[in-house]
Amino acid sequence: MHELGIVFNIIDTIEQIAKEQSLTQVASVTVQVGEVSTVIPHYLEDCWKWAVKKTDIMKECKLIHEPIEAITFCEDCAQTYRTVDFGKTCPHCGSEHTYLVVGNEVQIKEIEAV
Amino acid sequence: MDEVKIIEIKQSVFSANDRQAEQLRADLKQKGIFLLNLMSSPGSGKTTTLTKTIAALKDEFTIGVMEADIDSDVDAKTIAATGAKSIQLHTGGMCHLDAGMTRQGLEALDTSDVELAILENVGNLVCPAEFDTGASKNAMILSVPEGADKPLKYPLMFSICDVVLINKIDVMPYFDFDLEQCKRNILMRNPKAMIIPICAKTGEGIELWADWLRAEVTAWKNDK
Repeated sequence: MHELGIVFNIIDTIEQIAKEQSLTQVASVTVQVGEVSTVIPHYLEDCWKWAVKKTDIMKECKLIHEPIEAITFCEDCAQTYRTVDFGKTCPHCGSEHTYLVVGNEVQIKEIEAV
Repeated sequence: MDEVKIIEIKQSVFSANDRQAEQLRADLKQKGIFLLNLMSSPGSGKTTTLTKTIAALKDEFTIGVMEADIDSDVDAKTIAATGAKSIQLHTGGMCHLDAGMTRQGLEALDTSDVELAILENVGNLVCPAEFDTGASKNAMILSVPEGADKPLKYPLMFSICDVVLINKIDVMPYFDFDLEQCKRNILMRNPKAMIIPICAKTGEGIELWADWLRAEVTAWKNDK
């Protein structure tokens, strides 16, 4: 259940930004979630609904979720592949000398606010 | 009514925590306090390993331990019996400690005379890896009964740790545990990881681990 901790972090960040920019209500927050970020969007949504009710400026705030496809790069054959399908092992040459290029991030993209 | 505007943020959700963690690390460095974040699954032997670690180092450093759990204070009592200062932190259902909670824990522990602070994080191989606590170094324990394949299943945890202790090596013959394969699995995720096989119960390997920790604490203090 680290989704709850993540939700608290998002709310803290948004409240800070709201203070800096004198925002009074935040209508939505768009969060980009990598496929291999270990964050489960459905849990994030549940924690979100519970946690925003305790805030002042985000009570009705919607959480919009945008997935990010995970891609791994193989150092031996210099090709990329979908991480979710093949994990650490390159499907092109069988090498394990691979690293994740994109897909483990959890990022606040933008907010809609008044 | 004011117009709704879209504000671009482009910020990792961990960035607020990461900033707090950097600040805490800098504060600890300035005070000469080394903070070790110890992580593992439940039941891998964190508390037993800590009691042996304290016994090995208590004559050299003042040690303080924070036990983080969802509930109960059994671990803090076990640590208190070693003579080291200890407190129990409850996470209120959360599966990990973040930098803010770690700072509060250190304040409650009272670190004015502490040189080596140890955070025994919540038993969990997933969530604590996501949240930087502000620790000087991260260590984890993988115990033999859990299996040599765990670095493959929980890569993030293995990739963020400076040290991996492989505990309960005394029962290796009963679990078909391939130590060399396990080391390869860890190094594939984290080529810089220091791997130390130990048995917290018999004390095997604890000296090597204590040597590593002693060198790190000393370097941290001298490099103020």
